[in-house]
Amino acid sequence: MSDMQPTAPSFWNDTGKTGLTSWIFSTDHKRIGLLYFYTTISFFLVGVVLGLLLRIELMAPGRTIMGAQTYNALFTVHGVVMIFLFIIPGIPGAFGNMVMPIQVGARDVSFPRLNLLSWWLYIIGAVIILVSLFSGGGAPDTGWTFYVPFSSRTGTNVSLAVFGVFIVGFSSILTGVNFVTTIHRLRAEGMTWSRIPLFTWSLYATAWVQILATPILAITLVLVMAERVLGTGLFDPTRGGDPVMYQHLFWIYSHPAVYIMILPAMGIVSDIIPVFSRKPIFGYKMIAFSSLAIAAAGSLVWGHHMFTSGMSDTAVVVFSFLTFIVAIPSAIKVFNWISTLYKGSISLEAPMLFALSFILLFSIGGLSGLILGAAATDVHVHDTHFVVGHFHYVMFGGTGFAIFAAMHYWLPKFYGRRYKEKPAIVAWALMFTGFNILYFTMQVLGMKGMPRRYYDYLPEFGPLNLVATIGSWILAAGLILMLVNLFRGLFRGEPFDGNPWGGATLEWSVATPPPTENFEGEPVVTHGPYDFSGVKK
Amino acid sequence: MDQHQPHIVSNTKLIGIWLALLVLTALTVAITRVELGGYKVVGALTVACAKAGLVIAVFMHMKYEGVLLRWLLFLTLVTLAIFIGFTFFDVLYR
Ligand code: HEM
Ligand SMILES: [Cu+2]
Repeated sequence: MSDMQPTAPSFWNDTGKTGLTSWIFSTDHKRIGLLYFYTTISFFLVGVVLGLLLRIELMAPGRTIMGAQTYNALFTVHGVVMIFLFIIPGIPGAFGNMVMPIQVGARDVSFPRLNLLSWWLYIIGAVIILVSLFSGGGAPDTGWTFYVPFSSRTGTNVSLAVFGVFIVGFSSILTGVNFVTTIHRLRAEGMTWSRIPLFTWSLYATAWVQILATPILAITLVLVMAERVLGTGLFDPTRGGDPVMYQHLFWIYSHPAVYIMILPAMGIVSDIIPVFSRKPIFGYKMIAFSSLAIAAAGSLVWGHHMFTSGMSDTAVVVFSFLTFIVAIPSAIKVFNWISTLYKGSISLEAPMLFALSFILLFSIGGLSGLILGAAATDVHVHDTHFVVGHFHYVMFGGTGFAIFAAMHYWLPKFYGRRYKEKPAIVAWALMFTGFNILYFTMQVLGMKGMPRRYYDYLPEFGPLNLVATIGSWILAAGLILMLVNLFRGLFRGEPFDGNPWGGATLEWSVATPPPTENFEGEPVVTHGPYDFSGVKK
Repeated sequence: MDQHQPHIVSNTKLIGIWLALLVLTALTVAITRVELGGYKVVGALTVACAKAGLVIAVFMHMKYEGVLLRWLLFLTLVTLAIFIGFTFFDVLYR
């Protein structure tokens, strides 16, 4: 396979043009994937800077660098940017687009133009969100959840920000439609359902959530705008409305949305672990099935965000019970990954280290989720820094680290050059250490009763907050090192050719970097995605 | 198997459906005037479903589509029904 000579030019110089327009109007899935990658990672960096500012404010009690209103605006923008502009589009838009069509043996996605439109909608929505920060009444201060009644009354620019998120939602739906169709219709000969790589399986489950749940967010946001602009009173009790109904609508989307964030990350990990253990994945069918089970069961648990909202006790019990059910398919995955490692020939290269830390950090996040999912304990820690620690463990330690794993695993294939291994490992160690100092401390603070979304706190929380802030600097240092090393390597590093990791999925069988149409001729698949018997490493 | 002739719906049929939708709209308004308590919601939703059904079947041509598309739509509607249904664990027991 590695001795295959590319006859078609790589997707980097197929058209002979190199200008910006050859990118932003390209319908090649790999170029669109890279567009998504660079835009999402830029927003991630914006979010990180905001997060670091929040941490500096919390370094000591009282006002440190900003007042209450600025803090409120910053955590809102931090949350909105991280959720809607980084983590939701991050994996499907970037790595899904780049890798999935090749993994199923297709030349492109089913609807390449729709794919480009999806990126454009994402950009237009993002620009609207950015404009909303500096126009009208200034950056929204509601938190990323836009809860009524505050969001319908605050003078800040909520309407425009919400409209931007609305547009970004459509980009997510288009990606979902495209992926479902591609996976159903464009698989190569021999690519049966039980030979589909688990990354693609996870994108498939995710795509259904994107299609079915995102419209509900769109409608909910339209209702918030109607409430503000037209004064419809839907959520206003003095006019027969119901503010708790807003929370239902919001979380009907936003809980499944956490599966849009985590499922593809689990897919990345499921693809990396067998390659670096030189063993077929343990329980392929169960991992694929549990993605679907998580997508389905995860759609029925949104009420666990509302235990203290004044919702009925019946609903509290039902949603608490259902939440515990989702833990089962998640645990299935974790145990299957561990079993894959067992007696494997493990090599701890950078992608593997990130993938392994995903398992640990996701498990800490997931288990602390059970504390929140149990109604009785949730009442104690609701809206404290325990929650902030919990979701950073899942979203950042989980999905974020999986994205870093994917960056080290797949990007060299698309660039034909690679990063240096040593600095990558040092960066990983710094990030892993800083991450835990930062967020584990936050969870302890939450247990002790420090509420979230306040710029100030009681003096007794001072020392631990200082520790957390120092953790955030270690984390940031690791992040900078990782990015510098990675990008310097991709542009100027050693050549990366063929299949050095020894992957058995189709993307490792094509030329490096892949040609525009990916394959020379029609690929025929003759073995499963984790059958390493014929693969040299 | 996925090939199908574009189906042309006659004008009389389209107008008939439109009139039916108007009647059902009137019915929705009428229901709000009757004292039904919690069942008001059931009434309103039933009428709304009937209207949506007509629009989907005729205006959106679902009546003339293949099995796969019908199933996909059905799945979507079931999802929506579950979402709405589950909020009643809260609303009905407050
Ligand atoms: C260096 C990285 C990061 C730091 C230092 C950081 C720090 C923080 C802090 C201090 C808060 C506010 C706590 C409060 O007062 O309530 C916060 C909130 C939040 N963060 Fe991060 N964070 C980082 C990365 C991320 C990432 C990667 C994500 C998502 C993928 C994320 C998502 C969120 C969300 C959704 C909120 C809640 C905003 C709200 O309350 O509306 N953060 N973060
Ligand atoms: Cu949730």
